Amino acid sequence: MKHTLAILVENKPGVLTRVAGLFSRRGFNIESLAVGVTENADTSRITIVVSGDDHVLEQVEKQLNKLIDVIRVSDIPPDESVSRELALIKVGVDSTTRAEVMQIVDVFRAKIVDVGIKSLVIEVTGDEGKINAMEQLLRHFGIKEMVRTGKIAMNRGAKVVQVEKR
Amino acid sequence: MTKQKMPGARAVIESLYCEDVEVLFGYPGGQVLPLYDELYDADIRHILVRHEQAAAHAADGFARATGKVGVCLATSGPGATNLVTGIATAYMDSVPIVAITGQVPRSLIGNDAFQEANITGITLPITKHNYLVQDTKDIPRIFKEAFYIARTGRPGPVLIDIPKDTQIEVIDFEYPEKIELRGYKPTYAGNEQQVKKAASLILKAEKPIFYVGGGIIFSNATEELRALAEGIMAPVTTTLMGMSAFPSAHSLSVGMLGMHGTRYANYAVQESDLIIAVGVRFDDRVTGKISAFAPNAKIIHIDIDPAEIGKNVRVDVPIVGDAKNVLKTLLKYVKLEQVKTDAWNKKIAAWKKEFPLTYKKDKLLRPQFVVEQISEICPDAIVVTEVGQNQMWAAQFFNFRNPRTFISSGGLGTMGYGFPAAMGAKVGKPESTVIDIAGDGSFQMNSQELATVVQNDIPVIVAILNNGFLGMVRQWQELFFNRRYSQTCLESSVDFVKLAEAYGALGLRATKKNDVKDVIEEAVKSGRPTVIDFVVEKEENVSPMVPAGAAINEILDLE
Ligand SMILES: Cc1ncc(C[n+]2csc(CCOP(=O)(O)OP(=O)(O)O)c2C)c(N)n1
Ligand SMILES: [Mg+2]
Repeated sequence: MKHTLAILVENKPGVLTRVAGLFSRRGFNIESLAVGVTENADTSRITIVVSGDDHVLEQVEKQLNKLIDVIRVSDIPPDESVSRELALIKVGVDSTTRAEVMQIVDVFRAKIVDVGIKSLVIEVTGDEGKINAMEQLLRHFGIKEMVRTGKIAMNRGAKVVQVEKR
Repeated sequence: MTKQKMPGARAVIESLYCEDVEVLFGYPGGQVLPLYDELYDADIRHILVRHEQAAAHAADGFARATGKVGVCLATSGPGATNLVTGIATAYMDSVPIVAITGQVPRSLIGNDAFQEANITGITLPITKHNYLVQDTKDIPRIFKEAFYIARTGRPGPVLIDIPKDTQIEVIDFEYPEKIELRGYKPTYAGNEQQVKKAASLILKAEKPIFYVGGGIIFSNATEELRALAEGIMAPVTTTLMGMSAFPSAHSLSVGMLGMHGTRYANYAVQESDLIIAVGVRFDDRVTGKISAFAPNAKIIHIDIDPAEIGKNVRVDVPIVGDAKNVLKTLLKYVKLEQVKTDAWNKKIAAWKKEFPLTYKKDKLLRPQFVVEQISEICPDAIVVTEVGQNQMWAAQFFNFRNPRTFISSGGLGTMGYGFPAAMGAKVGKPESTVIDIAGDGSFQMNSQELATVVQNDIPVIVAILNNGFLGMVRQWQELFFNRRYSQTCLESSVDFVKLAEAYGALGLRATKKNDVKDVIEEAVKSGRPTVIDFVVEKEENVSPMVPAGAAINEILDLE
C-alpha cells in the first residue's frame, strides 16, 4: 500500500538528511521524494511516497514527528487530492518517426521543449500513471535519456497542510 | 538581561551558568582550547576523565542519579568519536545529557582537516537532536534549546558541535528567555477520556498487573504508582530500567520480568487480564516471543513518546502523557472499594512461595551472596552495574527501596558503563554510597578511570564479581553452544587489588563467604575510591532464564 506524506520542516541545512536518515534507519522504503520551499520562506515541504501497511505508516508518521525539525506530517489521501510528477524525456527521432512522436506528445498534452535533428526533448506533467504510459509509448522510438521529479501532492478544496497557528 | 560582548567560548560558559550546570566531565584537545581556557577560571567543576567514553557515561550516571542534565565535553575527531558509545547508551535509555564537542574551523569543514570528524552526521541516529554551530551568535539559542530538548518530553542526549573559530569570534551575548520550536511540543497531560476508559478497564479487571519501567523514574512518579497499586491491590513488575521504581520488598512487588525475570512475574504477566504498562516499550528482552505475550490481557499503555505506543504490541487504551500526570488523573477515577483482586493476589503469593528467586546456599562464595550482603550493609546505596551476569544478579538480589538507586545500561547493554557512570552518580549525590556492581570483563573496559576518581577524590566502590569469564556470554555458550567456551575465558588474571593500588585507590579482596561483610564495611568506612575483588564461583549461571525467542512462561531453571 502506497501513501503520500506531506512533511513540513524547518528550512535549514541538514533537515533532509535527518528525514532520509530516519527512513533508512527504521527500514522504511522511500519510493519517491520531492523537496521545495513553501509559501513561507522558513518552511520547506517534503513530499514522500512510502509503501507499507497501516502499522508501518503509523510508525513512519510518529517517528517523523519526533524529529525536532519536523513541524507537521500529513497523509494525503489519493482520492481527495491532486498529484503531479514531471518528466523530461529525450527521444531519438528521424524524419519518419518525428511526426508520430509529435502526435503522441499532443495526445498526452505534453510539450516539446527542445528540437534537435536527431532528437526531441519532451516535457510531460501528470500523475504517475500518465507519465508511465507516455514512457511506455516513447520506448518504441528509443528513449535516450529520462529524468523524473518525485511526486508532489495537494489536497483538493479548502483543506490545507500548513503550520498550525499558535 | 543586557547584552555583553564576548567570544563564543565565553558564551558557552555563560550559557552553562544560565542552565545551572555545576559540573562537566571532559577531556581537552586542540579544537576546544579556547573553551578550556575559559574553563580555567570558570565557576564550574571540571572532572578530567581518562577516556572520553567515560565522560559521556559519567554525565549519564550524573543525570540518572540526580534527574538533572549531565554535561560532557570533548575535542573534535577522536575526542568526539570516543563519546559515541556513551551517547548511544544514553539515547537507548532516554537519559538527558548534553555533549559538547569541538570542531575544526568552519573554513576547513569538509576538507578532511586534521582531527575532523562529522560528529553531527555520526550521531544523527543516536541523539534526540544535534547542532553544528554555523553562526557564532546562535550559541546562546542553541544551548537554551539543547538543554530544553534533552530534559523535556522523552529525555535524551543532545550534541552541540562547536567549530574552533566560533569559540573565538566575539558576539553580543544574550541568553534567550523563550524557546521557539515549532516542531517540538511534548504532550504531558493524558487525554482525560482515555484515562477514564483506562479506569473502567481497571475496575473490571480481576487479574491486573502493572508493568513499569524507566518512565516512572524519569517522571518522578514512584509515589503515584505506589498509591495506585496499593489502591487497586495489583502486583507490580518492573523492567531492568524500572528497578527501584517500586520497593523490592513490597508485598505487591513481583520483581523484574522478562528474560531473567522472576518466574512469578512472568507467570503473572502471562495470566493477567489487564496490563497497565507505564513508561515502558515492550522490548524483546521483556516480552519474549511477542505473539505469545500475555495472550489474555487487555493493555493500557501510558508513555510520553507516542511512537512507543503500538510499536511492538497492539494496545487497547493508548495514553500519551507524562507518567506522573496520567497516574494522578487515573487515581481520581479509580474507585477503590470496587476492586476484586483477592484471588489473583493469593495465586501470585502461592507462585512466589513455590518459585522463589534463589541460588545454591552452600559454603562456596557465590556472586548472588555478595549482592545480598551489599544490599544488607548498604541498604540505601546507589547501585550502578556493568553488563552481563553481574547486572542481572544486581537487579535480582539487591533490595531496592528508593527511586534512582539502580543505574544500568539497559537498552544498549554497554560493558564499561558502570564504573564511569558510578563516578558521575557519586559526583551528583556525594552523600550517597555509590557501588558499581561489576564484572571482571566490563571493569577492564574503563578501569583507567581509577585515575580520575583518585585525582578528583570521588570515593566510589567497585565490587567486582570476578568469575574469570565473560560470564553472560559463557552462559549462552554453555546452554546453546555445547559448552564450547570460545574466547570467553579471561583467565589471565589481573590482580585487581594491585591495580587499584597502582592508581592510589584502595584494593580489597574476598575469597570466602566469611570475608564478604568485612571488606564491604572496610570499603565504606575508608571513604576512599575502592576496588573489591570478590573471587566468586566461576561457572555460576543467572537463573531463571527464558531463552531468546521463547514465550516468557517457557522458563529454564539453571544450576
Ligand atoms: C562493549 C560490549 N562488548 C561486548 C558485549 C557483549 N557482552 C555482553 S555480557 C558480556 C560479558 C561480560 O563479562 P563480565 O563483565 O565479566 O560480566 P559477567 O557476565 O561475567 O558478570 C559480553 C562480552 C557488550 N555487552 N558490550
Ligand atoms: Mg565476568
